[in-house]
Amino acid sequence: MFADYSMSELGAIFAMQGFAGLILFSVFVLMALGLAIIFGQMGVINMAHGEFMILGAYMTYLTSTLFEAYLPGLFSIYFFIAMIVAFFASGLLGLFVEWSMIRHLYKRPLDTLLATWGLSLILQQVYRSVFGAREVGVSIPDWMMGSLPLTDLVEIPINGIFVMVLAVAISLAVYYLMFRSSWGLQVRAISQNRVMADAVGINTAWTDRLTFGIGCGVAGVAGSAFTMIGSTGPTAGQLYIVDTFLVVVFGGAGSLLGTIASAFSISQAQSIMEFFLSGSMAKVLTLLVVVGILMIRPQGLFSLKLRK
Amino acid sequence: MSDKKIPAKMAGPSRRAFMAGTAAMTASLFLPKGLRAADFPTAEVNTTGLAVTDDTVTIGILHSVTGTMAISETGSVQAEKLAIDQINAQGGILGRKIEYIQEDGASDWPTFAEKARKLLVNDKVASVMGCWTSASRKAVLPVFEQHNGFLYYPTFYEGLEQSPNVIYTGQEATQQIIAGLDWVSETKGAKTFYLLGSDYIWPRTSNKIARKHIENFLEGSKVVGEEYYPLGHTQFNSVINKIRLRKPDVIYAIVVGGSNVAFYKQLKAAGIDPTGESPLVLTISVTEDEIRGIGGENIEGTYACMKYFQSLQNDNNLEFVKAFKEMWGEDIVIGDVTQAAYLGPWLWKAAVEKAGSFDINKVREAQIGVELDSAPEGYVKVHENHHLWSKTRVGRAQADGQYEVVFETAELVEPDPFPEGYQ
Repeated sequence: MFADYSMSELGAIFAMQGFAGLILFSVFVLMALGLAIIFGQMGVINMAHGEFMILGAYMTYLTSTLFEAYLPGLFSIYFFIAMIVAFFASGLLGLFVEWSMIRHLYKRPLDTLLATWGLSLILQQVYRSVFGAREVGVSIPDWMMGSLPLTDLVEIPINGIFVMVLAVAISLAVYYLMFRSSWGLQVRAISQNRVMADAVGINTAWTDRLTFGIGCGVAGVAGSAFTMIGSTGPTAGQLYIVDTFLVVVFGGAGSLLGTIASAFSISQAQSIMEFFLSGSMAKVLTLLVVVGILMIRPQGLFSLKLRK
Repeated sequence: MSDKKIPAKMAGPSRRAFMAGTAAMTASLFLPKGLRAADFPTAEVNTTGLAVTDDTVTIGILHSVTGTMAISETGSVQAEKLAIDQINAQGGILGRKIEYIQEDGASDWPTFAEKARKLLVNDKVASVMGCWTSASRKAVLPVFEQHNGFLYYPTFYEGLEQSPNVIYTGQEATQQIIAGLDWVSETKGAKTFYLLGSDYIWPRTSNKIARKHIENFLEGSKVVGEEYYPLGHTQFNSVINKIRLRKPDVIYAIVVGGSNVAFYKQLKAAGIDPTGESPLVLTISVTEDEIRGIGGENIEGTYACMKYFQSLQNDNNLEFVKAFKEMWGEDIVIGDVTQAAYLGPWLWKAAVEKAGSFDINKVREAQIGVELDSAPEGYVKVHENHHLWSKTRVGRAQADGQYEVVFETAELVEPDPFPEGYQ
């Protein structure tokens, strides 16, 4: 397939393909971080993760509409405000859901699965009633669309760079929160030994709620960023949920580093195979490899060392 | 255009007049002989026990108004209700007002089958306007054939089907594909094509027809790539790089649903702006409805091959768009399928009046050859293979979300659901 092309063309294509892989990696990291916090640290299987993301996307849509109507001069930077709005909207909904539903189900993991799945259906129908069944078009500031021509042949999409920077920023923020803040210490203590953590005076109920809220908030930011590359509709969250779980489970629940490593390997595998094979075939092969590896290492790529 | 006319004229009294008074009743007093209910005793026009009374006839509407497909099917429901309202305002069919029972297929194919059975067996509806996806149509098909129901199906689809119990008011694949490829080859001089689609039956069958046509009928043209992505796929950067490498003249895209939005946004972000036309983007899966989600600025310059665009400038269409907006709101957009759904009740009315009966076997016979010269898309005619003769048009997407019509076939295109040489 490469015989007809010159070296410079091939070099350019491989460079762009490399970027395509990195962009996919960033997308996976953004999708999975929120779930990694919730599933990894709390063991809650949140099937409504995609809907929390889409709430963020809808918040972006609302913010963009408001800016267009009232602050057209600041439209070019509305996206940053939209991401903050998205974080708080999804986060607050997360706090509410934890308080009203999840906390009653901590000892019944399979019931959480059903309950959050029900929640995802409820949220979808709410979005459909409020925003309409049709997808909404989010207008993105001009400077965020288009591409950056590095050479004659190599062009890098700007929104891809934006997603990459955002993924790095959020990963650092989550790392700081989990490993350098007292809240993170408490979360890790609880996930290792809930009874003991309770006994030493950690407010486990509040820590759980905050963890769930932050996980959902991160999902909201991801959803907000995805308005640049994907659709915003009532069921759009479903497009992400499978990949998200795939990344988190493959990485090893409970390990943020594992999530990132797994996002990297899955995205690179998929993007390279998509280039050489067809899209559907690439997906099938990626899933096969992941299933194969999980059969050998059921705990995922990385796992915390626990006393058994 | 034909010189034969059918009695039906779509443009009825305005909806306001209809709402304000009992226009339908008053109108019936002034109707010429032959259109009053009294001229058609129920016992004669309904010999098979359908839901027909002395002054009403009941039909079914079967679409998804919840679930993933609601996004697409809502427009069809709206169009069918508008048509029914307008027909009633003109005095109904054989002097009878149309009433409808609406069922929700809920984007779930077994539910469609179950609701179809309910409409036919319990409600005895005289006809059904319904279904959108091929999967839902395939699910209800055995029910309609078993109970001898009559379905008007609005969506453009892959063809390879012809049921005695279905009238296909949308275009089958060859009607949508061939004229568009000929156009892009002749006027744009396109030689190389990259075929792309979502991975299910409609894009695959359509691309198969497109490939055969490109390879066998367009001289010197070839397909340089063909591939499919799972439904709901949202990452197109790899395929965009591949397209860049192959440098096709035309990207022929049949991507659907949420993937559509991702595809056009990423295409533009990657620096392939459709307005540049190198490569040119040609699609058969994006109507005005879909553009709302994609954003006009992201898809501007893309060409779509359809039979209907909201921007068509003819009297029928101007009136249709006006009535549609009056009923459903100023912001609404009307896509190809919505218009096709609007034809359903009118085609049925014409067939019933031609047959002088609601009996399904008589309506089926009468339906063949029925002509509508008042359709928004222009003159259409029912072929004996149950599909419509209609024109194929190419539109260029504008930033405001509408299409500018740049080409239409001179003649009506014959429907050919089982195209020879394309299988």
